[in-house]
Amino acid sequence: MTLSPLAQEALVATLTILLVVGTLLGLFSVMTWVERRTLAFMQFRLGPNRAGPFGILQPIADGIKLFFKEEVMPAAADKWAFLAAPVVAVTTALLATAVIPYGPPFTLGRWSVLPEWLRGRTLQIQIADLEVGLLWIFAIAALGVYGVVLAGWAANNKYSLLGGLRSSAQMFSYELALTLSWIGLIMAAGSFRIDDIVAAQAGWFVRWNAIAQFPAFLVYFVAATAEVARIPFDLPEGETEIVAGFHTEYSSMRFALVQMAEYINMITVSVLAANLFLGGWHSGIPWVPETLGGFPLGFVWWGAKVAFVLFVFIWLRGTLPRFRYDQLMHFGWKVLIPVAGVWVMGYSVWIVLGSR
Amino acid sequence: MDAALFYFFAAVAVVAAVVVVSQRNPIYSAFALVVTLCSLAAIFGLLGSPFIAAVQVIVYAGAIMVLFLFVLMLLNVRREVDRPGGRDRILAGVGLALVTLLVLQAGTVLLGSRRAPAADFDASTTEMAKILFSPVFLYAFEATAILILAALVGAVVLAKKEL
Repeated sequence: MTLSPLAQEALVATLTILLVVGTLLGLFSVMTWVERRTLAFMQFRLGPNRAGPFGILQPIADGIKLFFKEEVMPAAADKWAFLAAPVVAVTTALLATAVIPYGPPFTLGRWSVLPEWLRGRTLQIQIADLEVGLLWIFAIAALGVYGVVLAGWAANNKYSLLGGLRSSAQMFSYELALTLSWIGLIMAAGSFRIDDIVAAQAGWFVRWNAIAQFPAFLVYFVAATAEVARIPFDLPEGETEIVAGFHTEYSSMRFALVQMAEYINMITVSVLAANLFLGGWHSGIPWVPETLGGFPLGFVWWGAKVAFVLFVFIWLRGTLPRFRYDQLMHFGWKVLIPVAGVWVMGYSVWIVLGSR
Repeated sequence: MDAALFYFFAAVAVVAAVVVVSQRNPIYSAFALVVTLCSLAAIFGLLGSPFIAAVQVIVYAGAIMVLFLFVLMLLNVRREVDRPGGRDRILAGVGLALVTLLVLQAGTVLLGSRRAPAADFDASTTEMAKILFSPVFLYAFEATAILILAALVGAVVLAKKEL
């Protein structure tokens, strides 16, 4: 079978999209189980361990349960907005993942199972390699607020509305700190492209941005936790205060969609932390070989880093109490943003002096 | 391919813009405006300037419209009721749109020979930054920054009775 170059490109792109979206959705369901089991062990419980070996089939059971639950829409809700909100949330969550490279570029072997044109080709698991990669993520994150705002408003419920307002105020307060923490990295790499930022961290692990730009890393991690509304910044759904925040009135599969958006966002910020700050797919030790028997070891380092960041998020949830709302705003505006700003200014001076 | 995408996003932008003015529910209007702004961003991207596209979404579709929505939601604005003179307003709006179209068309025809060559213009982020921070635009750029800062301080002073 011969394909035109355009058709080849289209086929590779389609397969990449299916692979990324499929993996993310699979990882979402597995993460719900991993999170519950890990939290349980931290609290000397067992967690869900009945469905299948170690309870690994629990996400499927949860899915079936949610699927057969009754869908309730409040009588006074705004119908279209209520239906659209979870869709907006999931769409923006998935769109943000488009520019992220998942692992190193790799070269396919000349295996006979592959069609002729694919043999020996170098590929990378990345949907779109944009010149403005980080700006794209920032733009989509800015749009992600709408899912929450719309959900809170549409339900026509006081708790939902308050939760939606809290949530959106929190999200775009911490977005500022999040973006400020990236500026140092962009200056160091001289590019918005995530691949370039990863490439700038090659070599010894002291070149990783988590070490070389430690204050930026701290700001990023705290702001990212707030951005995805994880404990200790989970006020939007602080159940002791405002029932369940913006998704109080959501049930059944629409509730599952809201949850899915939140988990995908958490996976996104974890992958970004690995790529931008923890050296991506570089091992951190120059004399470690890049491939082992043709297999790019970068996938192992990269996967381990992502898994570690995801574990830290769960660990925080098992450890820390929730912030109060005024403390949250105070911390975001008066501590995090100034620290990030001072770091950006200091780093700029350093670069200018260094280039003299 | 580019032309098809352009017409798609242009159509989405126009339809959403009509929804902005025709919709009686202010929240729906605001969301239609977000759709218009995002379609415009897509058109900027098609023109070869991903930076402008991203900034368009961040600033307009993201930051500014979220503030609009905050106000609408906090004031709990509901559906507008029909006011007398509605027909006249529609006519005035359509008339204004036609006049604008006419002026733009006339301008294009008159200045057609002096149109900027689109093909050999490099709109990449690095090139744009070089132009923006060159002496040609540097002072205008910095003056805008000071203007925005002054507006920001003014807003805080007006909003907060006690500092």
